[in-house]
Amino acid sequence: MGIKRQEIADMVEKMPAFPHSVHRVLDLASDINSDPKELVEIIEHDPVMILKILKLVNSAYFGLSQKITSVNHAVVYIGLNTVKNLALSTAAIGALPKRTEAGFDMDAFLLHSLSTASIAKLFTKKMNIQSKESFDYFLSGLLHDFGKVVFAHFMPVEFQKALLIAKEKEISLFEAESEIFSINHTEVGSLLAERWQLPSNLIEALRSHHCLEGDRLLVTDVVSAANRISKELRIGHSGNNLVEKLPEEITGRFGTDIDGIVGALGNVKAEIDKAMIFINL
Amino acid sequence: MKIKFWGVRGSIPSPGPKTIRYGGNTTCITVETDDGRLIILDGGTGIYSLAQTLLKRLPVNCSVFISHTHWDHIQGLPFFIPFFIPKNKIHIYGAFDPVYERSIKDVLGRQMEYCYFPVRESELKADIEYTTLRERQTVEIGSAKVTNILMNHPVLNFGYKIECNGKSLFFTGDNEPLYNIYDPHHDYYEEYESLIADKNTILLNFIRGVDVLIADSAYTTHEYPAKKGWGHGTFDSCIEMAKKAEAKSLYFTHHEPLRSDDDLDAVYRQLQEQYSAVSGMPQYAVAYEGLEIEL
Repeated sequence: MGIKRQEIADMVEKMPAFPHSVHRVLDLASDINSDPKELVEIIEHDPVMILKILKLVNSAYFGLSQKITSVNHAVVYIGLNTVKNLALSTAAIGALPKRTEAGFDMDAFLLHSLSTASIAKLFTKKMNIQSKESFDYFLSGLLHDFGKVVFAHFMPVEFQKALLIAKEKEISLFEAESEIFSINHTEVGSLLAERWQLPSNLIEALRSHHCLEGDRLLVTDVVSAANRISKELRIGHSGNNLVEKLPEEITGRFGTDIDGIVGALGNVKAEIDKAMIFINL
Repeated sequence: MKIKFWGVRGSIPSPGPKTIRYGGNTTCITVETDDGRLIILDGGTGIYSLAQTLLKRLPVNCSVFISHTHWDHIQGLPFFIPFFIPKNKIHIYGAFDPVYERSIKDVLGRQMEYCYFPVRESELKADIEYTTLRERQTVEIGSAKVTNILMNHPVLNFGYKIECNGKSLFFTGDNEPLYNIYDPHHDYYEEYESLIADKNTILLNFIRGVDVLIADSAYTTHEYPAKKGWGHGTFDSCIEMAKKAEAKSLYFTHHEPLRSDDDLDAVYRQLQEQYSAVSGMPQYAVAYEGLEIEL
């Protein structure tokens, strides 16, 4: 089946967030003295919530000279209460199921997204990337597989087929998605990011994390490597059973193989645990 | 430009013997441009007395800029008599509601729905037009230019700058200075500080050198800690903003409903003492109902 691009954008407007954040936002909203830091934390750890907030603040309604990628920036710019109410309106839609009809495990998916994000952030620390920019890396990691949740939630039957094809043919899930939907999760993610006027490096990282052609941005390679490391460490599950070898194009950038990268990053597990404590899975 | 205050109170009207001199109506300010065009900033209860004077100069042609849609800034609108009279032309401008994704027309129309008001918005006789503004969108009203900027309040709040023939004023609407939500040892503390600094710079550049700054000074510095996060400034924070922006004059508004005339006088005297030896101060005054400024 082919899907129209406009349909995808419309679907995501109505998409619920992950159960844990929905519950926590509802709790926060019933407490007038809630801690603003907690609100930022919840949104930062939910791919759906953060995408919806960033979509709004980067929209044409606001006269921003630069794109906003962090929740803190959104809070400074449009105010805490507006961000809180936006999160609440997302929470009011309901919550994603823990397991979709496609048999896709959303908890495992969230773990994979968060661990990829945490590892990408660890890269920025080791590479001395400025703190403002480092959130772009975290966010690119968090959202890199976003297209999969869109398929799993809105087209579960077809997505189940894609999961099966990938398994049977031992091909990567994005290739199986292309067979079924004529569009894959990297294209869905980048399409949404583009339509919602998110920063170009984020769009590029979502689009190219399975692609080795052309000039690759550092953020793309970091996300590809973080994605690979998360799979290697078996933290959560992206729905893709095939763990591809990290290609030379990427290892070359870091000057070492995957074990070397993991070694250089230091305590990867501890960094991931910090994010895991949050979602309590 | 002629500026006049019709309402200077915040939150709720506060009529009574203790507020006779400064007035008890909620926010409404008019700006008459050099070429006689009428701009109204906010539709608090002060707009009702303004409406009475406009009945003498029908048909009315005016532009109403809403800083934000909290009650004290819109509650006078249903009683703005020119809405009910044919041939009046009224153009209303304001921010959109990002949470329910509603235009300024929808947000304001709701306060005239069946449960709240006997006349529905669609029954109004005047020619009413609405424009939902983007941030920094400039609107030309005769010889004046009106541009907005996002301030900090628990709802989207536009501050409006009006420029006309080399003179300018800025009205903050409701505004609380930004503060860091993180403790100094938190990972995000410094980043947040720099985000605040950037936004402050943008604001100060936007209002730099205005002739008149009308600012939300709901609280004293002493009262503020108990009201932090409520979206309002203090007398001191307004002075700081005026100094940094090199505003020529500053008018305090959005007075607390319980602050009596004598209290406001006392605050003013205290400020005079506190700032007597400070250099680079703008002229400053406490706004009162009926105060007129000519630029």
